[in-house]
Amino acid sequence: MKLIVNGSPLEVEAEDLTGALAALDYGDAVVATAVNGAFVPAAARAGRALKDGDRIEIVAPRQGG
Amino acid sequence: MDKLSFYGTEISSRLLLGTAQYPSPQVLAEAVRASGAEIVTVSLRRESGRLREGQDFWGLIQGLGCKVLPNTAGCHSVQEAVTTAQMAREVFGTPWVKLEVIGDADTLQPDVFGLVEAAKILSDDGFQVFPYTTADLVAAEKLLEAGCQVLMPWGAPIGTGMGLNDVYALRSLRAHFPDVPLVVDAGIGRPSHAAEAMELGYDAILLNTAVSKAGDPVGMARAFGKAIEAGREGFLAVPIEPRDMAAPSTPVFGRATFG
Repeated sequence: MKLIVNGSPLEVEAEDLTGALAALDYGDAVVATAVNGAFVPAAARAGRALKDGDRIEIVAPRQGG
Repeated sequence: MDKLSFYGTEISSRLLLGTAQYPSPQVLAEAVRASGAEIVTVSLRRESGRLREGQDFWGLIQGLGCKVLPNTAGCHSVQEAVTTAQMAREVFGTPWVKLEVIGDADTLQPDVFGLVEAAKILSDDGFQVFPYTTADLVAAEKLLEAGCQVLMPWGAPIGTGMGLNDVYALRSLRAHFPDVPLVVDAGIGRPSHAAEAMELGYDAILLNTAVSKAGDPVGMARAFGKAIEAGREGFLAVPIEPRDMAAPSTPVFGRATFG
């Protein structure tokens, strides 16, 4: 399906958010996720079904002031 | 040094240091050590599954043994800030959040209306909010009512290095809220600015650019650590009041007269 991942349109074969992270090579990286602007906790990713056009944000620790 | 606590967590160092814009990760690590900071600020940014740039950084920060204060930098709406805070709590494993809701792109001035709204939502959800705010007294009152137990007014706009632009407002905040931990966050350029804020009775200083962009970030980090301690000790020792007329410090009585 077509997802918007971190602002870029991508074709991703996945049923849910856990599947999308695996398909996008995140492996065991420390990340947090949101779908369509709403936070999705790690424990809820497997239950978060995705559909065409969903906007996914995947973020990780970075330098900050 | 006398003790400071944020939401019941006791802190020895009164310098909170940002982790952005250093010439290298090594310099960042050395600067944090030289500063004596126990709390460092961090952020969340988009991560690529292939590059995974954030993972090494997070390993470096964990190795420093500091507490982390995640920010919501760059958020311009309540919803963005709340979602970012929720993501930060999970990734960093802390209820602390430096809450930024930016209202103006040129000055990076906090949107205090959105800030109060977001602070209320997050406080009600169990976050311990460190709001990045202006020195506005009424906004400060609203933030405290929203559940904040720390206030972080700006000294000057982020990254400007101008120091304390409104000493009167900062002094007013200190006088109105004698028991609330107050942190000057942003605008500090030199160690003397930090010392000045501490002499006003501020509890701590949060800064980043003044150290990371200095000619020698490690040396500057050390200098800030000393200035903040000196400013705090000076405040506790009660400075004299300035006066208009000169007053000789050497006794007048007993001076020899000649001719």
